[in-house]
Amino acid sequence: MNQLKQEFETVIGLEVHLQLNTATKIFCGCANVFGDDPNTNTCPVCLGLPGTLPVLNKQALFSSIKIGLALNCQINPYIKFDRKNYYYPDLPKGYQISQFDLPVAWDGHIDISVGNGQKKTIRIKRAHMEEDAGKLIHDNNADCSLVDYNRTGTPLMEIVTEPDLRFSQEAYDYLHILKLTLQYLNISDCDMEKGSLRCDANISIRPKGQTTLGTKTELKNMNSFKAVKAALEYEEKRHRKVILDGGQISQETLLWDENRQRTLTMRTKEDAHDYRYFSEPDLVPFVVDEKAIQDIKNSLPENPDEKLERFIRDYELSSYDAGILVADLSLANFFEDCAKMYPDTKKICNWINGALLQELNARKLNLKDIDLSVNDFIAIIKKVDGNILSNLAAKDALRYVIDTGKSTEEIIKEKGLAQVSDEGSLLVVIDEVIKENETVVQEIKSGKESAIGFLIGQAMRKTKGKANPKKVGDLIKQKLL
Amino acid sequence: MLSEKQVQQIASLARIHLNPNDISFLQKDLEKILDYIDQLNNLDVKDIEPTSHVLPLKNVFRDDVLKESLDQNTALSIAVEKKNGSFKVPKIIE
Ligand SMILES: [Zn+2]
Repeated sequence: MNQLKQEFETVIGLEVHLQLNTATKIFCGCANVFGDDPNTNTCPVCLGLPGTLPVLNKQALFSSIKIGLALNCQINPYIKFDRKNYYYPDLPKGYQISQFDLPVAWDGHIDISVGNGQKKTIRIKRAHMEEDAGKLIHDNNADCSLVDYNRTGTPLMEIVTEPDLRFSQEAYDYLHILKLTLQYLNISDCDMEKGSLRCDANISIRPKGQTTLGTKTELKNMNSFKAVKAALEYEEKRHRKVILDGGQISQETLLWDENRQRTLTMRTKEDAHDYRYFSEPDLVPFVVDEKAIQDIKNSLPENPDEKLERFIRDYELSSYDAGILVADLSLANFFEDCAKMYPDTKKICNWINGALLQELNARKLNLKDIDLSVNDFIAIIKKVDGNILSNLAAKDALRYVIDTGKSTEEIIKEKGLAQVSDEGSLLVVIDEVIKENETVVQEIKSGKESAIGFLIGQAMRKTKGKANPKKVGDLIKQKLL
Repeated sequence: MLSEKQVQQIASLARIHLNPNDISFLQKDLEKILDYIDQLNNLDVKDIEPTSHVLPLKNVFRDDVLKESLDQNTALSIAVEKKNGSFKVPKIIE
């Protein structure tokens, strides 16, 4: 076979670590928060002092079961924990409490869109609970590392796919759908920047048609979904080149270097991966009966697909428009709050997906990052209905309301945004415009009515956009025709 | 028989420094321990449920309620070395 023409297939699997937003840690009562001073949320349990015993946070288990159910998994009726042994300064006990052979959830799936309305099912192999490790800060100047144990014992859910992903884009889409599904459950911040959602990837390639897997590499240190995609694309090319050059991929863990946009070999010892799992003797098993699982299932909030369907049905939105709203839970909630106050849901949707998103995108913010009340937003739409604001002035009003936090009423007064509709003042302007544009006036009088638009434009300019354009048009017609 | 290399790896996982002279002795000793444990393989366990815990307990939970943590100074009092409110350890290179 001509090697250069050989076609390859890429095989990708993803591991997502999700920090749960419980009030306290998984095995002790220390606060589960991000950003506090180092080592201010620790106790003898999470510092791994001898003689202490972990006790499972009930809420953490419930959140984990919710995740399993939302990902269409089987829930294990018998749950136990295991020790994963490794020696690293961020792990004060010398082992991590995790789950090995009996994870909370297994055998699930979620669907991703692959274009043309087609769906592809990505199988979830397992989702298990574990405790997070501490945070290591490398001090480059002072030849030492610093450890903050605040994060130690943060409840984590590790969600592992089967190797069902074939393209970096599929990995990217999977991560988006997964994150959205998890956000709807309200069990985590899902914030990659704060590290509450982290993703590692496995990738291998194989000749098309081959059923056994090629040698994989494991990719770490990607700080965004975009970085995951870029790292996978880089690795895919590298694997292909190594194999086409007659070489072999060595199974190893690689770090993504965001600045240089390439992967780097991790300098760690080979024997670091002998975890010697065994059952955690400090925790007893957990038995979750069928009824408890059913109760949790019944309590699950609406998922993104269900919300999409409902928005299309109940608010008569297009699937495109509804899709934009549903892709951000706070946007979807904002829309529904607006719909309670104003009957034209299509118009609300246009204002949210148009002007509001434009303002948010310009600031690189999400709706939840700004302080915009439903009242002020609806007030702007109503002012447009009442011809008090032009469309343009309404967009200005929205921008000022977002920037200042003042009410719509205040902003309209303060910035003088209200339209001029009274005939007296408009006629003064129109007379000026007619005087200054005699040629155009002649054209209109001789039948070229489309030129009226030009005169309206001139009048708008003179009033700095405040004239009511419809009224201006009517008045010009009255005068000239 | 355990190889010398296997003994060395067990020692390094356990963070124990081995005197090279002790290796052959440990090879034999560890081998005996493994043989002893291997006796379990002779038992017929097909009718016995797998056990993960010796106590007849299950579902020991705590509610998600905040408890007071140690203050930073107390937490760091067990540190061999400290710096900027953190535990100072030998440089870890990734
Ligand atoms: Zn603690």
